[in-house]
Amino acid sequence: MSDLGALRNEPKITPELVSEHGLKPDEYKRMIELIGRTPTFTELGIFSAMWNEHCSYKSSKVHLRTLPTQGPQVIQGPGENAGVIDIGGGLACVFKMESHNHPSYIEPYQGAATGVGGILRDVFTMGARPIACLNALSFGSPNHPKTRHLVSGVVAGIGGYGNSFGVPTVGGSVRFHSRYDGNCLVNAMAVGLARKDQIFYATASGIGMPIVYLGSKTGRDGIHGASMASAEFGHDAEEKRPTVQVGDPFSEKLLLEACLEIMAKGCVIAIQDMGAAGLTCSAVEMGAKGDLGVTLDLDKVPCREQGMSAYEMMLSESQERMLMVLKPEKEKEAEAIFRKWGLDFAVVGETTPSKRFIVRHGGDVMADLPIKELGDKAPEYRRPFVTGEKPKVLDAESVKPPLGIADSLEKLIGCPDLCSRRWVWEQYDHIILGNTVQRPGGDAAVVRVEDGPRGLALATDVTPRYCEADPFEGGKQAVAECWRNLTAVGAKPLAITDNLNFGNPEKPEIMGQFVGCIRGIGEACKALEFPVVSGNVSLYNETNGRAILPTPSIGGVGLLDDFTKSASLAFRRAGEAILLVGETTGWVGQSIWLREVCRREEGAPPPVDLIEEKENGDFVRALILDDVATAVHDLSDGGLLVAVAEMAMASGIGAGLEAAPKDIPGFAHWFGEDQARYVVTVPASKADLVLNRAQAASVLVSRIGTTGGDALTIPGERPMPIKVLRERFEGWLPGYMAGELVNA
Amino acid sequence: MKAAVLVFPGINRERDMARTLKLTSGHEPAMVWHTETALPPGTDVVVIPGGFSYGDYLRCGAIAARSPVMEAVRAHAGKGGLVLGVCNGFQILCEAGLLPGVLMRNTALRFICRDVCLRVEHSDSPFTRGYNAGQVIRVPVAHGEGNYIADAETIERLEKENRVLFRYTSPEGKLDEAWNVNGAINAMAGIVNERGNVLGMMPHPENHVEASIGVTDGRGLFAGLVEGLGKAA
Repeated sequence: MSDLGALRNEPKITPELVSEHGLKPDEYKRMIELIGRTPTFTELGIFSAMWNEHCSYKSSKVHLRTLPTQGPQVIQGPGENAGVIDIGGGLACVFKMESHNHPSYIEPYQGAATGVGGILRDVFTMGARPIACLNALSFGSPNHPKTRHLVSGVVAGIGGYGNSFGVPTVGGSVRFHSRYDGNCLVNAMAVGLARKDQIFYATASGIGMPIVYLGSKTGRDGIHGASMASAEFGHDAEEKRPTVQVGDPFSEKLLLEACLEIMAKGCVIAIQDMGAAGLTCSAVEMGAKGDLGVTLDLDKVPCREQGMSAYEMMLSESQERMLMVLKPEKEKEAEAIFRKWGLDFAVVGETTPSKRFIVRHGGDVMADLPIKELGDKAPEYRRPFVTGEKPKVLDAESVKPPLGIADSLEKLIGCPDLCSRRWVWEQYDHIILGNTVQRPGGDAAVVRVEDGPRGLALATDVTPRYCEADPFEGGKQAVAECWRNLTAVGAKPLAITDNLNFGNPEKPEIMGQFVGCIRGIGEACKALEFPVVSGNVSLYNETNGRAILPTPSIGGVGLLDDFTKSASLAFRRAGEAILLVGETTGWVGQSIWLREVCRREEGAPPPVDLIEEKENGDFVRALILDDVATAVHDLSDGGLLVAVAEMAMASGIGAGLEAAPKDIPGFAHWFGEDQARYVVTVPASKADLVLNRAQAASVLVSRIGTTGGDALTIPGERPMPIKVLRERFEGWLPGYMAGELVNA
Repeated sequence: MKAAVLVFPGINRERDMARTLKLTSGHEPAMVWHTETALPPGTDVVVIPGGFSYGDYLRCGAIAARSPVMEAVRAHAGKGGLVLGVCNGFQILCEAGLLPGVLMRNTALRFICRDVCLRVEHSDSPFTRGYNAGQVIRVPVAHGEGNYIADAETIERLEKENRVLFRYTSPEGKLDEAWNVNGAINAMAGIVNERGNVLGMMPHPENHVEASIGVTDGRGLFAGLVEGLGKAA
C-alpha cells in the first residue's frame, strides 16, 4: 500500500505541495492518521477538494445547524442538491441559491454563466423541471475601473446561459458598493417543479450497482475551482483564470431533457451532478450518504483531451456532467435515451460494501480512501469570533438635510442602488415558458404553476449595510424583507434558501459577522415560520485583506392558491386611497437617504419587530386575497416616498400626499427605513372599512393620500412630475453602461 | 387544424408553442423530432419554434436548417402548405433558403427581451387574417440576433410584393427607429416567401395569448390560421 501511485512518477508529497492544496498542517496530519501512510498525489488532490471550505462547510457547519429547517411544508431540507417543499396538488417546488463569486470576478461571462448552469443542475438533478431563475448581484463602486466590465460580463453570462437553456430569469437584485471592488458577488437561484412522489436523491443504495457518467466530456478546465473559491484573492487574481470553467447551455438543455426522460422511465436509483470538485465530490457524496463504497475506473471516463492524469480527471470541473447509480436492468434503456440526445454515457464504476473510495487508472490504484471521512466526516471548526459593538442609534433631529424633499427624491430614484434595473433584466428572457405573471421590477416575481390556478412568488433580498452595522438585526431584516416581498404580491411565504457571502472566517471579526447574521436569520425564520431548506456558504470574499460587506442573500418562495389574485405595485386608477401600513418613526440610521444625500454611512440599522412584521403582513395579504387592495408595495430601501414614486412610475398615475406629521422631521418621514411597512391602495369608498378592519386587528394603518394627477405632490414641496422621475429612474444604468460620466 | 412542431436539439420554446396551438385550435400538435424524414400525414401547418438550436454555436439556425426533417418541410412548403417560423424558427427558415435574407446581431449588441409594438401591414394572408390591416399589436421579443437584412433588390421585392406582414412601430403605429428594437431594415419583423405560405417572424405571438397572464394580442395569428384552415376544409 505504501507505494500507491509510485509507478506513475507522480510528484513527491512535500509540505509545500500540501500547503498549495490549501490544507493546513493539522488537516494533513489528520489525513495521514486516517489512511496510515503518505497519500498519493491524486489522494492529496481528492482530500483538498473535499475538505476545502467550499465543499466541506468546515467553518460554517456548526452554526448552520442552528437554523430552523423543519415545517409541515418541508419535504427535503438542507443537505441534498436542493431544498424541496410541498406546494399542494401533488407538486413539489425544488429550489436553491448558490454563489459563483470568485470565478465571476476572474472571468465574468463564464463565471456567471456556469453559476447559472450549476444551480440549474442542482434542481433538475432532483427530478424537477426548472421553471424560473433569479439572481442577486453585488458589484463594486460604479467609479471603480473594473465595475462596468464586471456588470456587462456577468449580466451577459447569466442571460447567455439561462436564455439558451430556456428558463425565464424573472427577478433578483443588483447593488453597488465600494466594498465589493475586489470581489463581486454572483448568487444564482433556480426554482423547479416536480411531482411530489418523483423526487430523486443523491443517496446511493445497493451493492454492485453500476455508476454511470453522463453528459459532456471531461476536460482540463476548472481544476481546483473549489479550492480557488476557498481562498482570498491577492494581486494575482487574474492568473487564476484557468480555474474558471466554460459553460455550454446547449449541452445542459440536452442533459435536462435526457435526465428527466430516464427518471420518468424509472431507471435511476441515485443521481448527483458534478459541480464543485467534479467527479470526486459527486462520487464520494453518493457513496458516503448511502454508507457504501465506490470504485471508479478512470479509463472509462469520456475525456475531451488525451493523456489526462487521474489527478486531473478527479479534480476537473468541466460542466454539464452527471453521475448516476442506475438500476442494472434499465442500463440499456437509459443508454438509448442518452444516445438519442447525443450525450456521453459510460459505466465508470460500481458501488461496493467496503466504504472505501477506490480510484483506478491504467491498471493502478491511484486512490484508496475511507469514504465516510472524506464525505460527511470532514473536519469541522469552531472558529473564534468576536461580536462588534452595536452602533448608536442616529437621532434624526441631529441630521441637517442638505437637500429638500423633492430634490432628495429625484436624486435617490436615479442613484445606482435604487434606479431601474431594466438594462439588466431586458437581457434575460423573462417570459419563456409562458407562465410569467409578474415580470421583473416588482416586489416579487410571480409564475404560474403548470396551467394554474396555483402560482409561485419568488424574491431575493438582503441589505448588506444593515448586516455590517449590526449582523444580528441585518440577518433578521434580510429574511423579513424577503417575507414582506412575497407577502406584497399576495403569496403565503413558504421557505427560503440562503446564500451566505462573507470574508475570511479565520478572522474573528468576520466570523462574528457570520455568526451574528445566522442568529438573526434563524430568529426571523422561526418567528415567520419560514424555514431554510437549502443554501450555500461563500467565504474568503476578500482581496488584499479587505472583505466584502456581509451579504447573506435570502431567496424566498411563496405560494398563491390562485395566481390571478396576485397584487402588483402599479397604482391601478386615480382617486384611490393610499394607505400606509406599519409604524413610521423616521429611522434614518443606515438609510439610503443618509448615504446618498448626506454621504454618511452610520448609525444602527432599523430593528425588525418580527411580531409586527407578521401581523402587518398577514393583514396586507388578507386585503389582497379579499380583492380589497388594488396595488401593494413593500417599503424598504429609500423608505416611503421612494415606494410611492415606484408605484406612480409603474402606472403613470401620480399621487397627492399629506404633509409629514409634525413630530417627525420631513426627510425622516419620507425616507426613513422603518421595517414591517407597506403602501396599499384601496378604492376610496373602502378606505374607512379597511381602517376599521386594521383597528380590529391592532395593525397600524393610516391614510396618507390619494392617487391621481401626473406628479407626486406634498403640501409645501414642489411637485415631482412622474415624467422627470422616470427619466432619472430609467436613465442612470443605461447611461453608466454606455460609458457616460457617473456622479455616483 | 393539424399542426406539427419541429424539435431540434436546443430548441426551447416548443412547449410554449404547443400549449398555444392546443389552446387556440383545440388539438394537440404533433411534436416532430429533427431526425424524422416525413411529417405526420395530414399536417396543415408546420411550426418551427424559438430557442437555440445546436446552441446557435455556428450561425443561428445553420445546423438545424440542414436536418433531415427540413427536406420534408421544403416539400410541404412546395405544395403550398403553411410554415410558421418564430425567432430561431425564422433564422432556420432563412438558413434553409425558404425565406430570403439573414438575421444579424441586434444593433444594441445585446440580447433583448421586452414587449414590442407590431403594425400588421395587411390582413389578406393566412397568417394575418385574424387582424385588421394597420392594427398595432403588442407581443414580446426575446433574441440577440433579430436584425433582418437582405440585399437591396430583395428588400425592394419584399416591399413591392407586400411580403412584409409585421413591422416594429411606435404604439401609435408610426415607423420610428427608436421603436425598431433590433435595427431591422425597414423595421421588418415578419416576412413571407413569394407564395405567401411561409412566414418567418422574430417576435413571439405564442407568449401573448392568455388574459390571465397578460396581453392576448398574439392570439389573432393562431385564431386566423385555425379559421382559415377550417374554411378550406
